[in-house]
Amino acid sequence: MSETEKLFTIVALAGITVLTRCFFFLSDRPWHLPRWAQRGLQYAPIAALTSVVLPEIVVTQGHLITTWQDARLCAALVGAAYFLTHRHHRQAVLGTMVVGMTVYLPLHVGLGW
Amino acid sequence: MFFLAENYRHPAFREGVRDFSGLALGIAAWGLMTGVTMMKSGMSLTESVLMGVLVFAGSSQLAAIPLLVADAPMWIVLATGFCVNLRFVVFSAHLRPYMMPWPRWKRLVLGYMTADLSYVQFVKRFPHPASDPAEQQYQLAYLAGNTGLNWLSWTTAGLIGIGLAQVIPTEWGLGFAGILALVGLSCSLASSKLRVVAGTVAGAAGVAAVALPLKLNILVAIAVAVTLCMVLEKLPRATTEPPRE
Repeated sequence: MSETEKLFTIVALAGITVLTRCFFFLSDRPWHLPRWAQRGLQYAPIAALTSVVLPEIVVTQGHLITTWQDARLCAALVGAAYFLTHRHHRQAVLGTMVVGMTVYLPLHVGLGW
Repeated sequence: MFFLAENYRHPAFREGVRDFSGLALGIAAWGLMTGVTMMKSGMSLTESVLMGVLVFAGSSQLAAIPLLVADAPMWIVLATGFCVNLRFVVFSAHLRPYMMPWPRWKRLVLGYMTADLSYVQFVKRFPHPASDPAEQQYQLAYLAGNTGLNWLSWTTAGLIGIGLAQVIPTEWGLGFAGILALVGLSCSLASSKLRVVAGTVAGAAGVAAVALPLKLNILVAIAVAVTLCMVLEKLPRATTEPPRE
């Protein structure tokens, strides 16, 4: 591909972002989602999050980790514990991240876990 | 949509910004490392900046980078981006009743701006679509604020990452901050037994199907978890609780 074609591809990729994020409300035609589907979709947010997150924590190069000496695992567990004990704080999610990174960085950068 | 006065002057705008503020640092860390990755993979400065400013979808960017660098045909790059983004198609079905009161151009801008975390926070804050115009404007302003901060933190950090690619060490794994923010957000969603089931099952399915290409494990995991929870909802109440929303 030439540079111009590559730049065009990148713009088209932004178009793909629009197309997928707007897929079911692109058209103006009246149309209703069936009730059962609407009910089922309330489980989609948490399912989407955990299916993205868990592989990032317990999978290394396509395989499930077999050790607890993993910086990601330790940080995520401590982070989750922080959240569950501070869930009523306004910035509990931010705290989860900060506490988790405080565990992650020394283990990962220091010990190489 | 943060650029419309009817949105940024609305009190709900600030509420949306505030809700996202706890995630902004995590998203920024992830955006920073995506910026670094673009430059270190061998993309040109123009390509990296254009991608960092326009595409606004981390996972599809990460999938597209090696393909662009390897000179793959355009349709392969776009098809890959589409498949990696399939979860957004599911989200768009959920968002449809919230969006339909608005003209198409607003829907397109709002939809483009609504990445995973804003979608999650929006439907958590508003379990039901608005029924009158005032409430519709409220929801719109919230989403505009929430997505505005998401876009700002992702894009700014991405540009910083592009600029400082040579000095930011990738081996530190700073991008993991984004995952930790998602850990917190997942915990905050676990508000009923069935949602805990949905999260657990989807996480396990996501790991079990991790070998699937194009991040299709995420789509499979959502389908499995949603289906299972709908079956469980139908069981007698002795074993499950009724849906809350």
